Amino acid sequence: MLSRGVHPLMADRHIYPDSPELRARWGNFAWTEANAAKAKEIVARYPEGRQRSASMPLLDLAQRQVGAETNTQGWLPIPVMEYVANYLDMPIIRVVEVATFYTMYNLVPVGKFHVQVCGTTPCMLRGSDDLISVCKAKKMPTGGVSEDGLWTFTEVECMGNCSSAPMVQINDDNYEDLTADRFEGILDALARGESPKTGTQEPGRHTVEPAGALSNLHAMVGENHDYRGEW
Amino acid sequence: MPKVKVDGVELEVPAGATVLQACEMAGKEIPRFCYHERLSIAGNCRMCLVEVKPGPPKPQASCALPAAEGQEIRTDSEMVKKAREGVMEFLLINHPLDCPICDQGGECDLQDQSVAYGRGSSRYHEHKRAVTEKYMGPLIKTVMTRCIQCTRCVRFSEEIAGVDEIGALYRGENMQISTYLEKASTHELSANVIDLCPVGALTSRPYAFEARPWELKKTISIDVSDAIGSNIRVDARGREAMRILPRVNDDVNEEWLSDKGRYMVDGLSKRRLDRPFIRLDGKLKAVSWDEALAAVAKIAPGNSIAAVAGDLVDVETMYAAKKLLSGLGSSVLEGRQTGLAYDTANLAAVNFNSGLAGIESADAILIVGSHVRWEAAVLNARLRKAVKHGAKVFIIGPEWATTYPAEFLGSDASVLNNLPAHVWSALQGAKRPALIIGGAGLAKGALEAGLAISEQLGFVRTLEDGSVWNGFNVLHMAASRMGGLVLGYAQKGGISDVAAAKPKLLLSLGADEVDYTKFADSMIVYVGHHGDKGAHAADVILPASAFTEKVGIYVNTEGRVQFAEKAVFAPGDAREDWAILRAIAQVLNVNVGFDSFDELRSALFAEYPALLVDGGLIDFGPLPTGVSGSAAGEIAYPIKDFYLTNPIARASETLAKCSAELLHGSQPQAEAAE
Repeated sequence: MLSRGVHPLMADRHIYPDSPELRARWGNFAWTEANAAKAKEIVARYPEGRQRSASMPLLDLAQRQVGAETNTQGWLPIPVMEYVANYLDMPIIRVVEVATFYTMYNLVPVGKFHVQVCGTTPCMLRGSDDLISVCKAKKMPTGGVSEDGLWTFTEVECMGNCSSAPMVQINDDNYEDLTADRFEGILDALARGESPKTGTQEPGRHTVEPAGALSNLHAMVGENHDYRGEW
Repeated sequence: MPKVKVDGVELEVPAGATVLQACEMAGKEIPRFCYHERLSIAGNCRMCLVEVKPGPPKPQASCALPAAEGQEIRTDSEMVKKAREGVMEFLLINHPLDCPICDQGGECDLQDQSVAYGRGSSRYHEHKRAVTEKYMGPLIKTVMTRCIQCTRCVRFSEEIAGVDEIGALYRGENMQISTYLEKASTHELSANVIDLCPVGALTSRPYAFEARPWELKKTISIDVSDAIGSNIRVDARGREAMRILPRVNDDVNEEWLSDKGRYMVDGLSKRRLDRPFIRLDGKLKAVSWDEALAAVAKIAPGNSIAAVAGDLVDVETMYAAKKLLSGLGSSVLEGRQTGLAYDTANLAAVNFNSGLAGIESADAILIVGSHVRWEAAVLNARLRKAVKHGAKVFIIGPEWATTYPAEFLGSDASVLNNLPAHVWSALQGAKRPALIIGGAGLAKGALEAGLAISEQLGFVRTLEDGSVWNGFNVLHMAASRMGGLVLGYAQKGGISDVAAAKPKLLLSLGADEVDYTKFADSMIVYVGHHGDKGAHAADVILPASAFTEKVGIYVNTEGRVQFAEKAVFAPGDAREDWAILRAIAQVLNVNVGFDSFDELRSALFAEYPALLVDGGLIDFGPLPTGVSGSAAGEIAYPIKDFYLTNPIARASETLAKCSAELLHGSQPQAEAAE
């Protein structure tokens, strides 16, 4: 049951508990050589004294590095957040505030593919419930990691692809105009290690241009047109 | 100076004022939760909505809206009433209806404002969200379900305390206030978030379920845990002081109070001396007052008597003892228990001359031998303000965790004799340079060296606006210090002079930091309130009153005279200090010139008219000139444990817990289920 419009999964967000094991695993986290250069470049984007602004891109970078190390999408263990705070010489609590605020930072371990199914109204009307059923059938646990380590399923709110609904975001890529079959095909391809086509899955459609014929704003096709007088 | 109209009344407000301030100036009450005068503006509770024209046709948050020329502000319109009701209704959606079991009940902003501005009844029938409790240390009890996310505590710890340890985690409805990984809040002003919290989310852990605000008798008093003289209110029920809260005094403590000052209250009812004792065959034996006084009379010291004042005693006690001694022909008085022996010929040289509030405007500050966070936590918040305004801070002494950028110049006092060039030029180039010498600095001869620097660089100067700036400051640690120095509680060689005098009778006025082994040949009469070091060494114990149990005058480190009232009666057979000293005078056949407290005060004021004005600053005259000397030696801060610096604090269970957990790293004790 949905409670008062707030997504139940959001309430489940919590910081992965601190433990000696966690410290042992991540306590030595440090940028890889490539990421160290990238981090330097990111920090340099901000004016002197405003380095804290880099906390968001650096958290993302750290999450990706954790992902590369664990062959998953990546997440942010406490020691890694502390590393970022130290790197930017800022209080750790400020970094944790940022990391807990934005849902794109994973606070707990995720699978190799983080399947984020949009369940907001346009996607729901276009069949997102079927996509969720596919995830359930593939035994993707909500918020957790599937047994084979491949999948994490999260239902999310609008991702801004309503004109090609329903859509799913898997790690950095969007897959749009989905049906249950198309979605299953994508998941299978990913599991086989392939890179399925991203974006719209509708044959003949390139991006979010009108599917089929133009339904309105006909006068705008050739040139700009001021409709205001006709309202 | 924009002119605005508030509810039809035109008034001029200072430039930079907000609409909320304009409304207050017009005498209108604006409800608020997140807005606080001493914190930055957050604008997130939305309770302060008013109607402002010109502007969008909707209510506006007055706390975050600058007052501008020609604004027409309404606080009494239908729109405003509805807006307040709406905001209140939203705030109460997730707020539990547990006022009957909430410690904030009766002094809760949310409770008061929902009565004043809310709807009569609730329309909400859904589930309320619940939030798990967060551990914040031994002082702060949390019931986070009650939190309305005003973020005052977050802003306090970041802006005033300067320790980023509280944050708002997660978002939206799930936003939660927490310290990092629920670690204990460790800074010295941490408990002030309890006062700031407008609801019952952060309440006092030691005071939990102890009393209701309406059954407490409130008495104004002065904090004696350090030399700042923070203004406090003692809340008592019956014969017990239940809690201590800060009072607002912008010149002294603003509205903050150190955790020690606030929580040593439970020490007032523990380890108390509630009857006289005399030492017989090495053991203390409880006796009656007559027997105890007879024992004092038997000592018959003649003029071989000395008095040492403790850190917590009031001016009247010291004055009464001084009169007693002078009646016997002695003037061996000392208050600097741990052996400091700085020159007290000119008290301006040992005063905090810039004033506690004045130090905020300093632009270069050199601290010599003071762990300010521990020695004067409230002053440290002022120093942080000064740094925020651009002041540079240099510190000579072992490193401690400052809450602002500061440069440590080394731990040897001799650095002061030969300051690094950049420090010298910073002080030289400053408009309002300041020097703060702490007790550890005084011990290493920093006073003379500091005076020389102050004279050389002209720390006393007339500013462009015509006011006089005096940046030479000494920061004391004992509440009784300045009062004692005014009364002459200082020997040339400090307490060693007292020991060298080998007094037959050593009158110890609650002096618990003295090394009594140096007084092995003296009969020690201890007039004090706690069974601490002084009582252990005493031959006769005369039970006296703690600061909450007597009327008293205290002079703080800036020379500010402040009067404390009596909140409760002393326990058992304990008496007020002045009466005990009067009784001793009686049995020793001395005329001290007073028979009542009023007579004592009249005599005191006649002799020291500067003490007459409550809240007034004593004028100590100009600084001495031509002083020279050099500082030398490794600086060692006298305070080893912030929470246990005086006998009351050492008797306090709460502060013992703080000391163990926050300073010595023991694990928090799980609380028994309630």
